[in-house]
Amino acid sequence: MAKLKDRAALEEFRKKLQGTSQKRNKKLISLCAGSGCGAYGTAKVHQTLVDELKKQKLDKQVDVKLSGCHGFCEKGPIMVIHPEGIFYPQVQEKNIPEIVEETIKKGELVKSLAYKDPTSKKLITFEEDIPFYKLQQRVIFGNNGIIDPTSIEDYIAVGGYSALEKALFDLKPKKIIDEIKTAGLRGRGGGGFPTGIKWETCRRQKGDKYVICNADEGDPGAYMDRSLLEGNPHSVVEGMIIGAIAIGSHEGFVYVRHEYPLAVKNLTVALQKAEKLGLLGKNILGTGFDFTIHISRGGGAFVCGESTALMASLEGSPGRPKAKYVHTVEKGFRQNPSNLNNVETWANVPVIINQGAEWYASIGTERSKGTKIFSLVGKVVNTGLVEVPMGTTLRSIIFDIGGGIPKKKKFKAVQTGGPSGGCIPEQFLDLPVDFDALAKVGSIMGSGGMIVMDQDTCMVDVARYFVDFLKDESCGQCNPCREGLKQMLVILTGICEGRGKEGDIELLEELGTMMQKFSLCGLGTSAPNPVLTNMLYFREEYEAHIRDKKCPAGVCKPLFHYEIDAEACTGCGVCARKCPQEAISGEKKKPHELHQDQCIKCGICYDACKFDAIAIQ
Amino acid sequence: METAVEIDWNTIGNIINGYKGNPEALLMIMQDINDIYHYVPPEVIPLLVEKLAVKESLIYSVATFYKTISLEPRGKYIVSVCTGTACHVRGAEKIMDAIEGRLEIGEGQTSEDGLFTLEAVRCIGCCASGPVITVNQETHGGLDRSSALKVIDDYSQKAS
Repeated sequence: MAKLKDRAALEEFRKKLQGTSQKRNKKLISLCAGSGCGAYGTAKVHQTLVDELKKQKLDKQVDVKLSGCHGFCEKGPIMVIHPEGIFYPQVQEKNIPEIVEETIKKGELVKSLAYKDPTSKKLITFEEDIPFYKLQQRVIFGNNGIIDPTSIEDYIAVGGYSALEKALFDLKPKKIIDEIKTAGLRGRGGGGFPTGIKWETCRRQKGDKYVICNADEGDPGAYMDRSLLEGNPHSVVEGMIIGAIAIGSHEGFVYVRHEYPLAVKNLTVALQKAEKLGLLGKNILGTGFDFTIHISRGGGAFVCGESTALMASLEGSPGRPKAKYVHTVEKGFRQNPSNLNNVETWANVPVIINQGAEWYASIGTERSKGTKIFSLVGKVVNTGLVEVPMGTTLRSIIFDIGGGIPKKKKFKAVQTGGPSGGCIPEQFLDLPVDFDALAKVGSIMGSGGMIVMDQDTCMVDVARYFVDFLKDESCGQCNPCREGLKQMLVILTGICEGRGKEGDIELLEELGTMMQKFSLCGLGTSAPNPVLTNMLYFREEYEAHIRDKKCPAGVCKPLFHYEIDAEACTGCGVCARKCPQEAISGEKKKPHELHQDQCIKCGICYDACKFDAIAIQ
Repeated sequence: METAVEIDWNTIGNIINGYKGNPEALLMIMQDINDIYHYVPPEVIPLLVEKLAVKESLIYSVATFYKTISLEPRGKYIVSVCTGTACHVRGAEKIMDAIEGRLEIGEGQTSEDGLFTLEAVRCIGCCASGPVITVNQETHGGLDRSSALKVIDDYSQKAS
């Protein structure tokens, strides 16, 4: 790969790559190699596929590509066969010979392996027809499924680095910033600060400026940034170079969570190849503009997602936040002007420069432009990554795209915004999702995590869960956060264990308000949100725990027990067989009995019973 | 319990040189050492002080602040049970209970034979595949009690 010495060289290279891929009439099998599918076993499927194609002497006619995350993670490992776009979900090693024989050789769909839409019950052959994908607008995420993230050629062939060309040769830095401002891009990491204004403020400062990518995606339940970095790292790199040009920076950092080794690996390869081609490093495309990017890895601290803590960590120190009397755009990393943006924010930049600010601003709502990638997880049929225009309703995301709640259970709440957000109940499902609407009901959109909860989720336990998490992650510097979280946890644990008393709710409200007003950083000020919103919308559940010593959802073990409903029980015996404590006995086809003193409330019988005969008392 | 490991000083030196002795890379240097030995042997700290020109107190401050660094020996297999929100809602606690029972240790502890250290991690980003556990670098998703125990048993067998 020779260095591209100028714009013409890049355009010629791109044309050549596009011409080659068009000429090729080969079939292409794209296997998702994102971490989600990886956890379901893509590596073994890939090896089996490669071996089978070789055995059938098809390896010269069929290309196999390990692509980035496709987003439909519930159905992994995912295989898509191009050019038709034939979709196979949950592919296992044993399915490979049949797929090669029927689909690759004969062009026929293997019906038993095809995707069956759970709502319409119809078999769907092509990826683009699947409701999960059809209802999305995959502006940022779309390329993941068709490129190999370790191939810079793939990225360039789909138009990659053409935005960089515009930024280097057609637009002055001020015009780039104007475009970002007109587009209305707001930070995708949760803060929602107008990106154009941040860049403009940083540009005005004196001294060495730094451009930083926040890839410390710490919200449990959110993995959009992971999949972007793993699946399309060049989109982030290109965005950062454009930002550097606009701001006047020559050194950049990507701060990645330690828990994302594949993202680090793919990003490292991307940076090496970009540098080799002359798109990064010294004298980019012959313009004399220098910009390098380094990777820095985190150490398992959630608080390092906060900007001042992140920069402290970049400097080799513990990640303790600082009070923001002076903003990091003025004094940040190494006490120099630093522009920090989230992974998804950076990935939006090339799209805006290529397609134009007006086009971008035509998507979304009045104050929230563009699309947003959400991580739709928890108790939902189609879990995965969903990209929709800002302003799409919660109902549409959870039910139309997400397919609703599995096992015919009832929707209870959707938790948005991670530990800084709240649980939104059923009455607000028609709210549009953007930066402002969710804030009106006490939650936030945050970085995009959407955890769906059903009737089996205890909201008091959820509040306790988040406080437990934040107490561990608190840096400990300031009293309100350190002591406030500790005491909130004591109270909430007491409630969950049957020791709740009158006045606990009011005390939690008082502690929460104190923390919101007086904590040093965003972790502390937003920590009470999950508790306060839960108490607002699910107060009866708290009162049941405190006054009646009962957990209606059947989660807090000391506050419920299981009983077999003799009328519903058919005596099938499944629960008795599965019970690890042998606590259920009974004769075949006669109502069974659950022995309370042996029951450990593991819930296996409750999950296994097909007749709703296990009741929570 | 495990005794202190045999330290390969060449390797340690190479790691530090790989980051050009940059003190800003302190966390990453300790992580690379942690990846090899599953902990940072306190014996390497004086070398870090010397080569990076940082105070010993800073090294302890960083090592105790970040969860990924351990100053105490850990097992051959680090079992991390994801307890992120999505996995929690799908029953991660039951998986943790099951593994605690099988290995006869609590969260944060190492088994008698030094094979397994059990930890909770808050979200590794495989939320749609939950519940998830990682054993060293390998991820296992879509688990329930019995499949999680099978994963542990497979590693036990491999080691024997």
